Amino acid sequence: MTLSHSSAGSARRRPRGGAGQSRAGVAFVAGYVILLIAFGVLPTGYAVYFAFTDAGGTFTGFSNFVTTAQDFRFTDAVSHVATYLVFWLLSLVVFVVGLALLLHRLASGTISKALRFLFYIPGALAGAASVLVWLFMLDPTVSPVSSLLGVMGFHTFGAVIAPGNLPLLFTIIAFWTGAGGWIVVMYGALNNIPQDVMEAARIDGAGSWQTAWHVQIPMLRKWIVYMVILAFAGGAQLFVEPQLLSLASVGVAGRDYSLNQLTYDFAFQMNNINGAAAVSVELLVVSVSAAALFVARSGFFDAD
Amino acid sequence: MTVTNPSARQRRMLSKRRSVLVAGCVATVMLSAAACGGSGGAGTTTKDGFAQAPQKDGALTVWVDATRMDAVKLYQQQHPDVKLDIVSYDGDANGSNYLQTKVQLFNRTGKGWPDVVFSSQNNEVTWAVDAGFAAPLDKGLIPADTLGKFANGANNPCTVDGTLYCLRNDLSQAVLWYNAPLLKKFGYKVPTTWEEYQTLGEKVAKEHPGYLVGDAGDSFTPEIYLWASKCGANQITGPKAVTVNTTSEACTKMAKLMDVLIKDKSMSTSGVFSTDFGKNLGDKVLLMPGPAWFGGAVFKDTLKTPAQQIAAAPIPQWKGDTSPSTGNVGGGTWLLSKHSAHLKAATDFLKWVTTDNAYQGEKAPGFPAYAPAAETWLKNQSAAGYFVGDLGALKDASSQVWSGWGSGQFSQEAIWAATVKPGLTQGKTIVSMLPDWQDSIVKYAQSNGYKVSK
Repeated sequence: MTLSHSSAGSARRRPRGGAGQSRAGVAFVAGYVILLIAFGVLPTGYAVYFAFTDAGGTFTGFSNFVTTAQDFRFTDAVSHVATYLVFWLLSLVVFVVGLALLLHRLASGTISKALRFLFYIPGALAGAASVLVWLFMLDPTVSPVSSLLGVMGFHTFGAVIAPGNLPLLFTIIAFWTGAGGWIVVMYGALNNIPQDVMEAARIDGAGSWQTAWHVQIPMLRKWIVYMVILAFAGGAQLFVEPQLLSLASVGVAGRDYSLNQLTYDFAFQMNNINGAAAVSVELLVVSVSAAALFVARSGFFDAD
Repeated sequence: MTVTNPSARQRRMLSKRRSVLVAGCVATVMLSAAACGGSGGAGTTTKDGFAQAPQKDGALTVWVDATRMDAVKLYQQQHPDVKLDIVSYDGDANGSNYLQTKVQLFNRTGKGWPDVVFSSQNNEVTWAVDAGFAAPLDKGLIPADTLGKFANGANNPCTVDGTLYCLRNDLSQAVLWYNAPLLKKFGYKVPTTWEEYQTLGEKVAKEHPGYLVGDAGDSFTPEIYLWASKCGANQITGPKAVTVNTTSEACTKMAKLMDVLIKDKSMSTSGVFSTDFGKNLGDKVLLMPGPAWFGGAVFKDTLKTPAQQIAAAPIPQWKGDTSPSTGNVGGGTWLLSKHSAHLKAATDFLKWVTTDNAYQGEKAPGFPAYAPAAETWLKNQSAAGYFVGDLGALKDASSQVWSGWGSGQFSQEAIWAATVKPGLTQGKTIVSMLPDWQDSIVKYAQSNGYKVSK
């Protein structure tokens, strides 16, 4: 493993104090590796085992995949998640990069600090809690912005959560909850762009648009790819937003909306853990393939 | 029988899975050694119609929703020597399926089941029997003469293949609630037929716009109106068989009636528990067909209607119909766990909570399923003086619930909410959505393994 390799190397180079340092390094990494195995690798293996067996533990090939794909809710759930992913990834890339660039332009320290703090606050709320905040925001009878909803033609909660509005609503909720952290990360990345590069761009006569488009965004590319990979995996697992909405609306909207909700239904309402495992394995395969594609096309692991 | 099968299968599953679990335990031993206990539990004895776990001393674990918390607390007060471990949970309100989820997980870990559970849904046995959780009650645990005193048909939703697996807590027969002083002030009479009801609704729309004769915005709307109209949307004909027909005359004539009143705005589409209803329509209720628990839960507690206004009348009937029929919305159930190691204490509690006057007669918010307690309950309601007149209509309705609407594993309420409610919000008529509704019921029934006929 690369881990023992490099620590051995460093121990040879720095005989004194090196042994202690490498032990500390191993200890730090070991904590992560144990958690990764316990809560990442083993459950995944367990799910794969379930996906290819039946309730009695006999190997069944792809039959779990076939039966779950034939469920009448499956295609709907796939198209719901796909639509949501398009909305979510587009808004994330455009607005996060845009806002981070804007933030970086603001020279004044106090405003920039205040904005960074504001962007980050929603992310500090736990996922479910911030969704609950939105359930209040979207109900015209209790919403603090009910007049705004009224102007847009929404007078009841039922009208707000009409089926066609859902991908947009979930995107808004997810953006509000999750984007703040990414804006701060992008801002950090922008600060890492060497001053002399920016200086050179200015001397060559580049305006703010040209600097952003030809210098800053290309240099942020790896960060953007990293964000898209994680957001794709997270978005494909859409669950909390529709599930809470379905509870709040007493089942009117958001029931069986996403693939993850469908796995939950299979596992706990239809007593079909194996089918649920099959769908979750599919999600894993899709997310990993998407990540692989992005990594391969962007040269993510190339040295700078 | 089906009851022994799943548990045997589970045991086989558990032993196969144990090898995987052992591997897991070795890796995670640093994190939580305690979590990897086996299921244990050898040495069962067959009694009262099922294999009982070895009996032990210890606290009785009871799961209840917030409303039933009073019952357990009262039991503890009256029986200070019984050790109780009371757990409050959402009682599966609004189809959250918490109990089912937990039992599936307990079945996998082989421990953790509660001894006695209350659920506000009355279709729990459709899965709890297959999951090997619900214990049979009429094979020795509860005496037959106690069971005989429950209201006629009250325990039908608890019966699977002729065996009783739960006890009904309360009945939820639908009646026609109305605001007596307001009706008198407007000079109207309580309608006795659906035809009169519709005429009155149209009249109210013209003469007193804004006032309501009903609500069609709840997920349980079909159970109030279409069930009462004998619409065959949910005819459960066997443990895994259902007949669905939502376009019969019985369904369409009620749907048409509702469409007319919804268009006239004398029937709202908000839902009685929506924030919108409480804020804007709460004091506009003239008539309201609804289940027994509307009296306490909706008028008294949610809408805060003052005392001496609300009264109950029999639900209207179609002109010329000879046998009166009404619908039913829920009505909680109590289940006893097959895995209980405190069966004596659990059975004592179950008997007390469903039949004893101290709770069901005096304190219960809903109409008791146990007939002698229901008598006491009705007397107490009259004495308390919240309602106008007596609630005799509830007693009559308790035996008039149409038996053609069953309780299956799939939730009719969830299907209506997801299929018909969004269309209502968009202004579609119920009549136009009846075929879609049927289509949706059929799909859900089939995916739950039901054989569907039309």
